[in-house]
Amino acid sequence: MTSKTSTTLRILAGLAALVLVAAPLAMPTYYVSVATQILIFAVLAMSVDVLAGFTGRTPLCHGAIFGTSTYVVLYTATVMHMPLPLAMLLGVLAATVLALVFGLLAVRTSGVYFLLLTLALGLIVWGICLRWTEVTGGENGLRGQLRAGLMLSTRELYVAVAVVVALVTFAMWRFVHSPFGLTLRGIRDGESRMASLGYNVPLHLTIAFTASGFFAGIAGALYAVFNDFVSPSTVQLSQSVAGLLMAIVGGVGTLFGAFVGSFIIIALEQAVSSVTERWLMVLGLTFIVIMIFAPEGVIGKARLLMAGRGQSKTKP
Amino acid sequence: MMAFQIMNGLTFAALLFVVASGFTLIFGLLRIVNLAHGALYLFGGYVGYSVGNLTGSFILAGLGAMIFVALAGLVLDQGLLRFVRGFELRQVMLTLGVAFVLNDLALVIWGGDTFTVATPQWLQGAVQIGGLFYPKFRLFVLAVGIFVFIALWVLLNKTRLGALIRAGVDDAEMVEACGIDIRRVFLITFMLGSALAGLGGLLGGTFLALYPSADAEILVFSLAVVIIGGRGSLVGAAIGSLLIGLLNTFGQVWFPQLAYFVIFGPMAVLLAFRPLGLFGKAA
Repeated sequence: MTSKTSTTLRILAGLAALVLVAAPLAMPTYYVSVATQILIFAVLAMSVDVLAGFTGRTPLCHGAIFGTSTYVVLYTATVMHMPLPLAMLLGVLAATVLALVFGLLAVRTSGVYFLLLTLALGLIVWGICLRWTEVTGGENGLRGQLRAGLMLSTRELYVAVAVVVALVTFAMWRFVHSPFGLTLRGIRDGESRMASLGYNVPLHLTIAFTASGFFAGIAGALYAVFNDFVSPSTVQLSQSVAGLLMAIVGGVGTLFGAFVGSFIIIALEQAVSSVTERWLMVLGLTFIVIMIFAPEGVIGKARLLMAGRGQSKTKP
Repeated sequence: MMAFQIMNGLTFAALLFVVASGFTLIFGLLRIVNLAHGALYLFGGYVGYSVGNLTGSFILAGLGAMIFVALAGLVLDQGLLRFVRGFELRQVMLTLGVAFVLNDLALVIWGGDTFTVATPQWLQGAVQIGGLFYPKFRLFVLAVGIFVFIALWVLLNKTRLGALIRAGVDDAEMVEACGIDIRRVFLITFMLGSALAGLGGLLGGTFLALYPSADAEILVFSLAVVIIGGRGSLVGAAIGSLLIGLLNTFGQVWFPQLAYFVIFGPMAVLLAFRPLGLFGKAA
């Protein structure tokens, strides 16, 4: 492929993305709201992908990090009456600090142990949100009036979220394609080799974990404004699982695939929830099916199938 | 009061041990972190509750819970996990999906209400130990925990099956090369571990309670026990259970709302020094 066609392709892809992002604005508000949610969760899924795809460590605590930010934003803005920008800043900060603590504990492990440990850490956050009723409101959660305070319509909020998401996506893309991101991929593919080359592996992983938590925190702060409500179900395991599933469905290590994953899972959730209350069961079944049949993600699977067909055609 | 709390901690530790020993056994031998273990615990409790209501017998309830959950383990291993053998992360995430399905299924069958399994007549009331009146049932749980520890210890250290399991933990391929059907050993271990989750569910359902998020709660404790004790270690599971059981009980007395945070402490300290747990070996 010449550089000229690749530039044209890029421009076309950019235009297509722009059209896709603008499309919900022409639809009824319900769809605008769903589209906002898709964008927010795409950021969560990308933050998972930064770890899963680029350091080879699959985390199961990002729902908790995301939800911590949501809790902090709603608590500081509603209970402590702080201005919203400050509240959101504190929310992202809390998520980043939490991720730093989790990272310091978890980076020395890998594989299943990493998964297990992050799962336990995330569940502890959930347990605290459930029990610490004075601050978190327990099962009742916290309700705010952030959206009313902003005086944004559903469409305006969507545009605002889209702008933030675009900036964060660009930041993440820069992050994983920076020399630092390259080092992370080196660690993913050959940890001991990188260590013997003199790279400080635990330090790199801790920074990656913290950065990933920072991005998840931004998603959580956006979600606080979007949803105006937080309860233990925001930090529970199914949230982490949904984030991971979106990253996997979109294809681990593709970063932008997270948008596809987020779209598929949230569209599925909306469709299922309109017919039955058994969303968790469908989520579980989706997870099982994906794990058995398409662990490389929907896009990866489609690519493999096409490649397979192409091969069988060329073979006599 | 102090002695009472210590007893509470010990009995909770016994329950944790029953659940976590099954978890660590499966983890150690099959390299499968069965995240559906909590859901199996919940199912054990619910099935025990239903069987107990139908027959009025606590013993039958226990047998029913264990057999049902062991069969569920059989279906899980043979029906689903066989498709992802050899892929550690995919196995773990598959069991996570199963946990969601089972949890929601329990919600469909038994609803969202809180249940308590009826304590049998012969275990009701309290006994006096020294100057302390202590509920009989909790002492029974403590006895079951100790019994399970001894039984598993004997099984692992004094029987042929136990020798195979221990050999499998160290090097499954070598055992297979010796002409032993390691898959059968794996399956038996998986069913045994699941049955222990079922038994735990019945015990927990009697002196704690059964409700839709009880599975996640017991899963955190089991994970913490295994993280502290190390993969596949019986003694590690016992020490981990004691530590978590006592800490959680005292945590609830001292900081009722932050009790969960208390189990975070020892986990963090341990991870800083021994990432694989007290008795863990590298895979």
